[in-house]
Amino acid sequence: MYDKGKIIAGIVIFLILITFPIWYLTAHSQTSHVPQLQAAAGNECVESTSYMLDNHMKLLDEWRTLVVRDGNDTYVASNGQEWNISLTGTCLSCHNKAEFCDQCHTYEGVTLNCWSCHFAGY
Amino acid sequence: MAGIAFVGLLAAKPIFDVISRAEDPKKAAEAQTAAQTQTKWGMAIKIANCKDGCTDCINACNTIHNVPDIPDPKHEIKWIWDVNYEDVFPEQNSPFLANSLKGLPVLVLCNHCDHPPCARVCPTAATWKRAADGIVMMDYHRCIGCRYCMAACPYGARSFNWVDPRPYIKQINPDYPTRTKGVVEKCDFCEERLALGLIPACVEACTEKALVFGDLNDPNSDIRKLLATNYSIQRKAELGTGPNVYYVI
Repeated sequence: MYDKGKIIAGIVIFLILITFPIWYLTAHSQTSHVPQLQAAAGNECVESTSYMLDNHMKLLDEWRTLVVRDGNDTYVASNGQEWNISLTGTCLSCHNKAEFCDQCHTYEGVTLNCWSCHFAGY
Repeated sequence: MAGIAFVGLLAAKPIFDVISRAEDPKKAAEAQTAAQTQTKWGMAIKIANCKDGCTDCINACNTIHNVPDIPDPKHEIKWIWDVNYEDVFPEQNSPFLANSLKGLPVLVLCNHCDHPPCARVCPTAATWKRAADGIVMMDYHRCIGCRYCMAACPYGARSFNWVDPRPYIKQINPDYPTRTKGVVEKCDFCEERLALGLIPACVEACTEKALVFGDLNDPNSDIRKLLATNYSIQRKAELGTGPNVYYVI
């Protein structure tokens, strides 16, 4: 094998470079950025936290259909409580877009188009 | 030979089905009964009541619905606006039009037609005729911005967002969404206010009672009483769209 030394050195340098983020974080003894969700202002959400964590996008989709296409602006939650279907009126009365929605969506690289029409404050 | 004819008939069957898509008379009768019992929102505009230069109704609508004020006429967005009498009713023109009507600004808005051509051409059902109250609705989520509806509407009641409208809205009303670049929008008879039991913003804002809103299917409604006792016309009724905005001359 020709140039054994150069090739092995090259591979080692390549491996060090590609695993640099891991070394760097280990050296700084901290994990990467994680979303910091601010506690919501209200006492309870329309559904349980675990349900909302998994299904908030489906719920919002369902709300959109109910209010725009079916003309029904009342959502009956699984516990029987009724909520006014409104993204800005109901959801945003407890949650803040920048401190709640954007935290995970920015972290996960999820691009939403809710806010091009629905107004979340100046 | 018979076989070929049979195959030919089979192939032609879908075409026959389309041609002979006559409505079942029984179903049509049921639909007629339903149409008489449900609400049919309509508006009457008493054009003589409008004060010179008054734009209270237009301002109220624009403020509540976040309608942008875009100076470029090619990009402007209109829900309710005024146009000269001669242009609103081109078929009424005569060389000796009454002086009081010449150049008179007349309010125009979506007519919420009985047979809306806009809804018929929409490829995504983003605009449709709501069965419960006859409002021609818009679902901005579904609009793909093809503008077929704008070509179909004989009243020019629809506007397209060529640019992001937000910079052109002086004060955004947070209770109502703005629209976004690439969607069509129009008057929706304040369906969000009707849901709360309120009358449309333009009707509420008019101090001269020039706008009368109500259920055209209810013979005791204010609008029906007004239309029963006054001569009224509709815009381009000859097109068969069944406009639900009436003008009391």
